[in-house]
Amino acid sequence: MKAFLALAACALALSASPVSAQDLVITNAKVVLGDGSEPIENGTVVVRGGKVVAAGAGVTAPADIASMDAGGAWVTPGLFATMTTLGIWDVGAVSESNDQRAGSAPFSAALDTAPIVNPASQHVLIHRAAGITRAATSTMPSASIFAGQGAIIDLDDDGSPIMQPRAFQMVTLGEYGGAIAGGSRAAAHVLFRNALREADSYGSAARIPASGRARDIRSGDDLPLDPRLAGRDTDRAGDALLTRFDAAALVPVVRGEQKLYVAVERASDIRAALALKSEFTRLDLVLVGASEGWLVASEIAAAGVPVIADGLDDLPSSFEQLAATQSNIGRMKRAGVQVAINASGLNHARRLTQVAGNLVALTKVPGASGLSWGEAFAAISSVPAQISGLGGRAGILKAGALGDVVIWDGDPLEVGSIPTRVYIGGVEQSLENHQSRLLDRYKDGYEGALPKAYDW
Amino acid sequence: MAIGNIIPNSMGTARRPIGLLASTLASALALTACATTGMANAEGGKADADRVEMAAMTEAEGPYPSTYKPYPGVATALVGATVYDGAGNRIDNGTVLFRDGKIVAVGDATLSTEGYRVLDGTGKYVTPGIIDIHSHLGDYPSPSVDAHSDGNEATAPTTPDVWAEHSVWPQDPGFSRALANGGITSLQVLPGSANLMGGRSATLKNVPARTVQGMKFPGAPYGFKMACGENPKRVYGSRGRKPSTRMGNLAVDRQTWLDAIAYANNEDAKRDLANETLVGVLKGEILVHNHCYRADEMALVMDMAKEMGYKVAAFHHAVESYKIGDLLRENDVCSAIWADWYGFKMEAYDGILENAALLHQAGACVVIHSDDANDIQRLNQEAAKAQAAGNRLGLDIPDATAIGWITLNPAKAMGIDAMTGSLEAGKMADVVLWNDDPLSVYSRPEKVWIDGALMFDMMDRKRRPVSDFELGQPGEGDVK
Repeated sequence: MKAFLALAACALALSASPVSAQDLVITNAKVVLGDGSEPIENGTVVVRGGKVVAAGAGVTAPADIASMDAGGAWVTPGLFATMTTLGIWDVGAVSESNDQRAGSAPFSAALDTAPIVNPASQHVLIHRAAGITRAATSTMPSASIFAGQGAIIDLDDDGSPIMQPRAFQMVTLGEYGGAIAGGSRAAAHVLFRNALREADSYGSAARIPASGRARDIRSGDDLPLDPRLAGRDTDRAGDALLTRFDAAALVPVVRGEQKLYVAVERASDIRAALALKSEFTRLDLVLVGASEGWLVASEIAAAGVPVIADGLDDLPSSFEQLAATQSNIGRMKRAGVQVAINASGLNHARRLTQVAGNLVALTKVPGASGLSWGEAFAAISSVPAQISGLGGRAGILKAGALGDVVIWDGDPLEVGSIPTRVYIGGVEQSLENHQSRLLDRYKDGYEGALPKAYDW
Repeated sequence: MAIGNIIPNSMGTARRPIGLLASTLASALALTACATTGMANAEGGKADADRVEMAAMTEAEGPYPSTYKPYPGVATALVGATVYDGAGNRIDNGTVLFRDGKIVAVGDATLSTEGYRVLDGTGKYVTPGIIDIHSHLGDYPSPSVDAHSDGNEATAPTTPDVWAEHSVWPQDPGFSRALANGGITSLQVLPGSANLMGGRSATLKNVPARTVQGMKFPGAPYGFKMACGENPKRVYGSRGRKPSTRMGNLAVDRQTWLDAIAYANNEDAKRDLANETLVGVLKGEILVHNHCYRADEMALVMDMAKEMGYKVAAFHHAVESYKIGDLLRENDVCSAIWADWYGFKMEAYDGILENAALLHQAGACVVIHSDDANDIQRLNQEAAKAQAAGNRLGLDIPDATAIGWITLNPAKAMGIDAMTGSLEAGKMADVVLWNDDPLSVYSRPEKVWIDGALMFDMMDRKRRPVSDFELGQPGEGDVK
């Protein structure tokens, strides 16, 4: 056993040997800044000490760093994928390898993604090779309407993926939330309110005062809400529904210290979600999904709530998505909503570029609303980074940003393009993975003098 | 529920109708039967006036016939565009002529357009209508509520008796999205993969209709859905039923084929819907579409086909086809595949972007399919992904070849290539005009003709189908 441990320690030491950030200058590049602007021909990108120093046109390459001529290739910031499950599953239908859901767990909001992210997951490697350098990853709602606390990760190969643990909480309040909560949206909303009130009280004091003064929430001539449904005077000992851990996990949500991602699709559900802010004034809301967002775009914009929206959903796949259209994102953007393209509805997050490209194509369709190329790229880079709390640091090439740089073999939004080099924090990454190794084995035919198993 | 159970019995055996509805149906059946066999009885001089000889239409008489008729079209000349004919050819500044629902001629700019309405396609592209060989539109329609779950008759591991067309809901809004965003003009709707033998497929023209008969592709052979691997063994194994293993899968398949052969050889056998389908396969009249992921399993299935005397038209999903391109070429079996799906189940773990390209390199047949109500709207992009993966290997796959993966190749595997799938004189005028290169993410179908009738026009907000389901709903008639 000791020998085994020693060996393991050696292996660990080898794999953990630090790779220092390279200083990097790329010239003669078609530079994409990621901030929504259009590509810049003959641009230069300078990375020093793992951070971007400068990017764009008219940048002078420092003489002390060997420069790489990109030969006109596209150079972009690393993509930022939001709402993924990267690193928490291997095979979808192999439940023992899949940590996305915990339907039998006693906990919900307290579930924490950070300790379970596996940076060696093939999906991390494959998505790194697709140009995604940072991501939001989270468990999914299952036992309760609360999904748990998602993390912001990087996709580099240094073995420590967590950039920010517990970056956000997610709750689902539409059809799915209703189903989990007991069978209706009403059940989901009561469950949600109860949870936040328990957390609110739990946050100020574990012992709840019984005589709190309820706000007057009467409006017009409707019946006033019973103060016990609106106030802070919840007797935790008597009727608490949340476990101690779940209540504690929701304290930063109700205080607005942790973002609350609300998964909703239907226009009326979006309105109901926005209205939560008048009830729980400190909530830092983000909408996820929002297929019918375009119907209430001005209200979302007025509320200043960002949206992580499915890009190409255009089917009434449920009664909460009857108005789904590929123009959803374009219309919300035009109305002034901050919108990122959601990765979670996609076959895999690496399709984000394809979705963005399709939104550009929409600009040629009469009656449709798409995005400009620069806007589309920003919707999979700087915008999701900003929504994730990394504004100015990820998904963007500008002074001070993380040195995540991707060099492509073509237009990054075009379906046939892939990265040729990926740098994360200024460190060049391996693009090898299970798929690339399978290709290596099978690209030159079948059995030779020995079985294929010897070909590696 | 009770009535639902009784009607099939009474129709199948014409005895003891129970309840008003059932007896009405039985009467209707008797009348129909008279129309086809009554005269023979009269000539035979049977004296018993009370006795009515009953008989259903035979399979050869073609029950549930297509009622599809092409919609009116204008004789049209598409000029100036880049034409991919689906058969591997590219014509720059090409001309495509169609009239009365049929392609008249395809050529270069020297073709006369006299007598045609000329449409300038300069800077645009023309392809045959896109064909999806693997769809569940209609049998898993939107909205995808339980009440619409009509794709898997998952009550027995082999159900060759069920026909997908009897599940298809023509009002599925997905058909219109496939048309408008994907240029889909024909598609094969398959039963699901819960069963080893899932039933017959339906080949449809992508035209809105009130009935599935109004969509049925005239003259298309039936397909037959089979499945290997995880799904059947999981579905039935979890119920403590055979098959619960891959060896169980093969055993049940083989015994079912042996029983079908015995049925075919027994002249006295009572009509049996399941065996009629299987015998149709053994005769080569019904084409086998076999859901199968792993290379080793596909090799076993090809040997089973040899053992029993049938042919597999295409393996569907086939994420490991690239490992056995040689076998697939030798057995002349197509692989209907995704460009980039992987990892969602154990048997999909070895999916790679280069699957299609390596098959192409091996000389095997490639078809790009969707199996998805969203991806069916972008089969052109999936083909482009697969092509690009090959070109990175230096295979230099021509654009015209990649277009063949979503036009003529699926038509061949579905047995409709003599009628559609390429732009050739005499074939159905199923045509897409793209506003730019269809292998680019930035392109969209601008106009789609089916049998020469303009069924979608991006430039005309009213020239797009809106299903009954969408009327009066938010977003009715939107660009989607």
